[in-house]
Amino acid sequence: MEVNRLCAALLFAGLLAGCATSGGNPADPLEKVNRAVFAFNDAADKALLTPVAKGYRAVFPGFFRTGVSNFFSNLEDVWISVNDVLQGKFQQGLEDITRVIHNSTFGLAGLFDAASAAGLPKHNEDFGQTLAVWGIESGPYVVIPLIGPSTFRDGFGLLFDYKADLVYWGTDSVPIRNSLYATRAISNRANLLDASNVLEQAALDRYAFVRDAWLQRRRNLVYDGNPPRERDESDDEPTTK
Amino acid sequence: MKTAFFLLALVAPLACAQTAAPDALVKGITDEVAATIMKDKDIQAGDTKKAADLIEAKIVPHFNFTRMARIAMARNWRSATPEQQKELAAEFKTLLVRTYSTALVNYKGQPIDYKPVRAKSDDTEVTVRSEVKQSGSSQPVSIDYELEKTDAGWKIYDVKVGGVSLVTTYRDTFASEVREHGIDGLIKSLAAKNREPLGTRAGKS
Repeated sequence: MEVNRLCAALLFAGLLAGCATSGGNPADPLEKVNRAVFAFNDAADKALLTPVAKGYRAVFPGFFRTGVSNFFSNLEDVWISVNDVLQGKFQQGLEDITRVIHNSTFGLAGLFDAASAAGLPKHNEDFGQTLAVWGIESGPYVVIPLIGPSTFRDGFGLLFDYKADLVYWGTDSVPIRNSLYATRAISNRANLLDASNVLEQAALDRYAFVRDAWLQRRRNLVYDGNPPRERDESDDEPTTK
Repeated sequence: MKTAFFLLALVAPLACAQTAAPDALVKGITDEVAATIMKDKDIQAGDTKKAADLIEAKIVPHFNFTRMARIAMARNWRSATPEQQKELAAEFKTLLVRTYSTALVNYKGQPIDYKPVRAKSDDTEVTVRSEVKQSGSSQPVSIDYELEKTDAGWKIYDVKVGGVSLVTTYRDTFASEVREHGIDGLIKSLAAKNREPLGTRAGKS
């Protein structure tokens, strides 16, 4: 169901590509539609997710919330290690699967991140990044309803991430699965509450700021923290006299 | 967008002699600011005003805000008059200081690691890389400082948190503001943003 919604959203964005006018960023030809979806997501976030996340943070102590984050993070590491291998990063793949084994046992089913302490740090991979490593361009920026910033490539990647999600095929019980989805969404949102305050202060135009930060962030992730420098002509002159 | 992103961070800078090596400079400033926050109950409780004062005193002297404004303005910088350039740099500085201050109050003493700097002694531009460790299984957040050598010692002209530049992220916003309202329009928007009350941290803990 969620996949269908995602497909529909991508298709919808694609159809509108022809008629949307271009605003500032050449990576964002769908800006008009994207802004509308962004405003919708923002309203949904303010009305529902943020209050719930704040409540969650107020009610549960830090160690509990960290345990919840760790639990989901451990499930996620399985798919991360598959993406490592798909990207040819075999060493990292081995490390990440070792993380899963380590954390599922010594970390008590993933509640503790024993692997980080043992010198195996967490990595960040997903199928969108794998596609990027395979040479697929990101395509236009798109804001997906109820999901947030993405690109055509990364949105397509999300379909695979969704199918490979252990929460998705880990249980046949729809109520349990949905509860897990909800818990994960709340936990993730709670982790970002402080960041939202900073964003609120930083941005003149929140839509543009989120877009440009997100695109830089993705590029950085694709290159595992070492993106090639983008030298800008306008910054070549000497600074001060 | 998972991790804590801008957030965390920015614990930055000061002290040290002006001739200090760039990595020693950044580490010195960051350590001092981090230590000050850990001793200051008000800042930990979300006092952004006090955090802003700390930034003004310890961090601001080590930044080149003119260059930061110029990078953010890209080609529009040249069409600005010297007077406008000065105002842009000043307003942009205020915006960044205020942003920093909302981030600093979230600092909880996470350990910061510095990577060895690969630079030759005659380099005039250097990147100092650091990593803030997170609690739980979150990925560490990288914080990279771009520095340039000036007559007054090393100056920071960009900070990248998790690969996101605090400077270039403003480019498109600035460009469209200038396109629609001119350079004075942008200065006005920045000034208006800077007059908004600085929020204390919402919600508890």
